Amino acid sequence: MANSIEFLNDIILDVLKEIGNIGAGNAATSLAKMLNKKIDMDVPQVRILEFKDVPSLIGGEENLVVGIYFNLEGDLTGSFMFLLDKESALALLNMMMPMEFTEFDEMCNSALKEIGNILSGAYISSLAALTNLKISISVPSISYDMAGAILSVPAIQFGMVSDNVLIVENEFFDDDKFDLIKGYFLLVPELDSYDTLLKSLGV
Amino acid sequence: MGEIIKVGMADLQVTKYPNSLTTLGLGSCVGICLYDKKTKVIGMAHVMLPSSKQIRNNKNKNKFADTALILMIEEMKKKGTVPRNLVAKIAGGAKMFNFNSNSESMNVGQRNSEAVRELLKLLKIKLIADDCGGNFGRTIIFDSENGGLQIKTIGHGIETI
Repeated sequence: MANSIEFLNDIILDVLKEIGNIGAGNAATSLAKMLNKKIDMDVPQVRILEFKDVPSLIGGEENLVVGIYFNLEGDLTGSFMFLLDKESALALLNMMMPMEFTEFDEMCNSALKEIGNILSGAYISSLAALTNLKISISVPSISYDMAGAILSVPAIQFGMVSDNVLIVENEFFDDDKFDLIKGYFLLVPELDSYDTLLKSLGV
Repeated sequence: MGEIIKVGMADLQVTKYPNSLTTLGLGSCVGICLYDKKTKVIGMAHVMLPSSKQIRNNKNKNKFADTALILMIEEMKKKGTVPRNLVAKIAGGAKMFNFNSNSESMNVGQRNSEAVRELLKLLKIKLIADDCGGNFGRTIIFDSENGGLQIKTIGHGIETI
């Protein structure tokens, strides 16, 4: 029975972690290209967490975060989310545009959506290449609110299947290590897609 | 002052005066609050899905509106509540992300709050305050002294219902 994260053994977990690693690496490369800057990345932390423990990882349920949300389409269905805390989102905006941002407005939202789109696209295309599956992401939708509220969306979708989630924590730096950006990728496949994913990996 | 007891996601807690109950960062989930004026017993459930039926992974009763509500009333009875004295307040059920598609899963907030209203009607518990919907998160604090439910949001103010 391999359709729930609880039953994943160490080998499968390692495979999923490696996917997370490669996906995040590709995302960092795209970020560097977009900013035309050297971007360093720490080794991503890949974790399988219970949903209720995810908010504490990003500063608690009431911590302000930006969530950029996509539907997964194609051979794999489900959802995908790129999460940033407020400071990281502002740091990213300031790297991207020659102005000082302190609060979010419409322009910030569309810029962040675009960054989220590029990073998540890079992540998902490496997943697709590794698994030989056709996977694409929908147009992004963005929300800036309390971490608990934003995470409730994937948690509910996943709540029908399991209480755990694959989460990849990434730290990006620019070359002078001045701006630190902490971002999280959450991959939430639907039940049937779990089987598809694991089968395509030969598990 | 009593203590403030935290209710997590897919969790339910019951307490009495002078304690209060809180749940942080409610999004599409719904916070169901029950209050008994006579005994000052309060209960709060943070439910994620409308119904435990037709879902395979349904071991956690606190996750679903139908099972959580019944469990909560049972717990409140143990603390001396008579069900006909109960009144309800609900909050949450937001649509955090806006998609053009009318896909069912994106409207789960609305389905949650509708299911809770139906259930309360079925159980003959009067719903006296209802702050559901919108596209923002809520932190709620439920006071056992007067049954006031304080709702805090980011950019949409603070109010007590």
